[in-house]
Amino acid sequence: MAQTALLDELARSIPPERLLRQPAQLVPYESDALTAFRSRPAAVLLAATQEEVVQAVRLCHREAIPFVARGSGTSLSGGSLPIQDGLVIALNRLNRILHLDPAQRIAVVEPGVINLAVSRAAAPYGLYYAPDPSSQQICTIGGNVAFNSGGAHCLKYGMTANHVLGLKVVLPDGEVVELGGASLEGVGPDWTGFFVGSEGLFGIALEITLRLLPKPALYRTVLAAYDSLEAAGDAVASIVAAGLLPGAMEIMDALAIEAAEAAVQAGYPRDAAALLIVELEGEPLQVEAEFAQLLQVVDRSHPRTLSVAKDDADRARIWKGRKSAFSAVGRLSPDYLVQDGVVPRSRLGAALAAIEQMSRRHALRVANVFHAGDGNLHPLILYDGRVDGELERAEALAGEILQLCIELGGSITGEHGVGVEKRQYMAALFAETDLAVMAELRRALDPGELANRGKMFPDGEAPALRAQGPHPLERLGLLSRE
Amino acid sequence: MSAPTVVAPTSNQELQEAVCACSHLAVRGGGSKPGLSPEQPAPVTLDLRLLSGLLEYDPGEFTFTARAGTPLKTVAATLAEHGQYLPFDPPWVDQGATLGGTVAAGLSGSGRYRYGGVRDFLLGVRFVDGQGRLVRGGGKVVKNAAGFDLPKLLVGSLGRLGVLAEVTFKVFPQPEQYTTLRLPQPSLEAALATLATLARSSFDLEALEWVEEEGCPVLYLRQGGLAAPLAERQAALRSWLGGGEPLAAADEVRFWHTARELAWVPEGSLCAKVPLRLEQVAALDALLSAYGAPRRYSAGAAWAWVAWPAAAAELHRALSRLQLGGLLLKGQAPSPLLGIRSAPTLAERIKGVLDPFNRFPPLG
Ligand SMILES: Cc1cc2nc3c(=O)[nH]c(=O)nc-3n(C[C@H](O)[C@H](O)[C@H](O)COP(=O)(O)OP(=O)(O)OC[C@H]3O[C@@H](n4cnc5c(N)ncnc54)[C@H](O)[C@@H]3O)c2cc1C
Ligand SMILES: Cc1cc2nc3c(=O)[nH]c(=O)nc-3n(C[C@H](O)[C@H](O)[C@H](O)COP(=O)(O)OP(=O)(O)OC[C@H]3O[C@@H](n4cnc5c(N)ncnc54)[C@H](O)[C@@H]3O)c2cc1C
Repeated sequence: MAQTALLDELARSIPPERLLRQPAQLVPYESDALTAFRSRPAAVLLAATQEEVVQAVRLCHREAIPFVARGSGTSLSGGSLPIQDGLVIALNRLNRILHLDPAQRIAVVEPGVINLAVSRAAAPYGLYYAPDPSSQQICTIGGNVAFNSGGAHCLKYGMTANHVLGLKVVLPDGEVVELGGASLEGVGPDWTGFFVGSEGLFGIALEITLRLLPKPALYRTVLAAYDSLEAAGDAVASIVAAGLLPGAMEIMDALAIEAAEAAVQAGYPRDAAALLIVELEGEPLQVEAEFAQLLQVVDRSHPRTLSVAKDDADRARIWKGRKSAFSAVGRLSPDYLVQDGVVPRSRLGAALAAIEQMSRRHALRVANVFHAGDGNLHPLILYDGRVDGELERAEALAGEILQLCIELGGSITGEHGVGVEKRQYMAALFAETDLAVMAELRRALDPGELANRGKMFPDGEAPALRAQGPHPLERLGLLSRE
Repeated sequence: MSAPTVVAPTSNQELQEAVCACSHLAVRGGGSKPGLSPEQPAPVTLDLRLLSGLLEYDPGEFTFTARAGTPLKTVAATLAEHGQYLPFDPPWVDQGATLGGTVAAGLSGSGRYRYGGVRDFLLGVRFVDGQGRLVRGGGKVVKNAAGFDLPKLLVGSLGRLGVLAEVTFKVFPQPEQYTTLRLPQPSLEAALATLATLARSSFDLEALEWVEEEGCPVLYLRQGGLAAPLAERQAALRSWLGGGEPLAAADEVRFWHTARELAWVPEGSLCAKVPLRLEQVAALDALLSAYGAPRRYSAGAAWAWVAWPAAAAELHRALSRLQLGGLLLKGQAPSPLLGIRSAPTLAERIKGVLDPFNRFPPLG
């Protein structure tokens, strides 16, 4: 068997504790954070060096064995779900920050570096790494690059792609290429930008050159409570219309507020139907002037309460509630699905109203937490996997939400990627020709479709088993979502 | 040799037909960057200027979709009516540069410093590939992670991978007012040190341009935002820097207009863009001063604009020696890509998919 040849050859240079082959060792790697899907790989390689990754990819290419790169496995779309009998190349140990140049404002990192570790390393120089997914304490830069991950602060400075300047990549056939570099600009096609968001289908990122930004001198964070989601949505529209460019604008609905309060006591007003967080950042004089303007605009939007973060601790508390919202909502229900649709910002109200109706029709609770400034919705669909048919109803509801986003002119994913979960909706979002061209581009780099086979494209192989409940790594106490 | 035929499609369908009908063709927005067109004129030139006009623009949405041949000037004027702009300051607006040409050339201007370049504001594209297929990539919303990022692939593709038909951009609210501080530097080393210190400071500069004046580097620091606190912000910057002269309002507008239009490049001179890291500036500057080449370092010296007084081939060789890459915008050379290349094998494979019959000029 090709697998045996591959594993035997790997075993010659990799010690057994880093080449996992026993079923019990493989269990924690059978899913990512979308636990509804599960599949068993032939082996997991805990790579310790870039050379090992390259060697493994070359062997997979030679033996035609599919492989999946894996960071921390926090993908919410089944992106890092293993391929049945394929190889998982785990990158967490490639976690060195190779170079940090404050004058050039860049950091060169290995793919297993944790998102937050970059900002920590940059902090002594007054710099930080802007993209801040809620999972930033555990997710890796490699995973962020593969998914073009976002976060609460994408409004002003964009998603991961806007912060990746260069890449060293091993292509699916084992060729190592350097894309982009340390300059903000390049010439010729933007290969770096093309690689970011390719969901592991274009090979594995070995080194990533990140752009750092100076830490804003001042933040002003406003928390406004409303009697309806619509009123909060209207407030967002008027803030934008006033010409303000906040760093973040986030909305949470009643269910999300309740859950966040129960989990972390963020001090949110519990009886509000919607909560709006707006954060301004930048030079103090400019921020204070914008802040005065912001307060006027928000005041005119008739919030039931309006408060302002008094200090850093207060600001941290407001964000803690927001960033723990997913897992907090998870506590309200045995299982949940997170969706990640995008609608034009002016259609937020319409989208939320429609989601509420769907929730009633399917008799499933939906909590809404979203990046309002970007029109990026995160409905959390609560269900109980032990109740017959609930998972199917939850998936049907999720599908209707995606369909709605497409109809409103938006997208099926803003930041969580297509993965396994949203493959079948690609055909609704893109025309046949668009998908054909994407598939040809993929085959030009990976004729055997080995890299992350079965993801992103609608006709990929179906994953094997299904399960619910917490992530296997969570059960083992190795991963937590706070 | 017979003069090249010019075809000017007026619809996406005509554009597809035109591509299918020709075995070799080149795309032209109209020609503000003639250095990017092939040296040997292709038998057919596709003139995109009739594929022009805004298709969708809802100011509340802060995005627009336009045909690729739309002049930047038209776009800027429409956006300005609603207090909005393209923050990356694309060059050659007055010379008639188009949206498609700007994307295909991958060109950003001084505003690149603050919020990002053309790559960061392009959300979606429709383009005709070398097989005549009309392909869509990206989307019309500000955040979208579905499918491969074809828009980014076309940024800098120089009309070699496909013909852009439509582009969707996100835009930002334009600062109410700007001010600029002029900061002469005693030496190149001093200028580099100032850039390095500024990089770590929390001053929000819109742009940071380095100009050679009478043999000495002079930095221009642009601030923008609400009008009321701007004078005080500039004073704070000035005291932090320990110097600098504020430009009078009219001079400030003129300075950045000259920068955007590259109006300082001598008539008839070659013009190239050379991306840089800070530690590469000194070596390039030594080369350029040896040739007496006028130059500016843009966006905190993220790249140099070079007015080259000699042959393009000489610049190509010199850049190769310095391990730098460049893009020839005005002037003629076998390829507009000068100096070292990035990812040549990857380029070939992608070109093979989008332009298998080599209808468009070669990428290399
Ligand atoms: C509680 C919670 C909150 C979250 N919040 C956010 C959020 O706010 N915003 C957001 O965008 N996402 C969010 N996510 C989703 C997830 O954290 C991101 O998608 C993250 O980028 C995944 O990183 P990872 O290291 O876990 O990658 P993994 O899940 O291990 O992998 C993700 C994908 O990347 C590929 N990959 C990994 N490393 C590489 C590499 N080096 N080269 C090429 N491909 C690679 C994998 O094959 C896979 O397809 C959240 C997830 C959770 C569980
Ligand atoms: C001094 C001067 C005066 C002018 N006056 C006028 C005038 O009064 N009125 C007028 O209408 N025009 C005028 N023009 C023409 C004007 O320059 C063109 O409209 C403009 O140059 C558009 O080209 P561009 O700069 O956008 O891109 P170009 O320089 O044409 O092209 C840059 C690169 O992009 C590629 N490219 C361009 N468009 C596409 C696309 N859609 N898809 C894929 N690749 C593409 C090209 O192949 C090339 O590689 C004038 C030009 C000059 C120099």
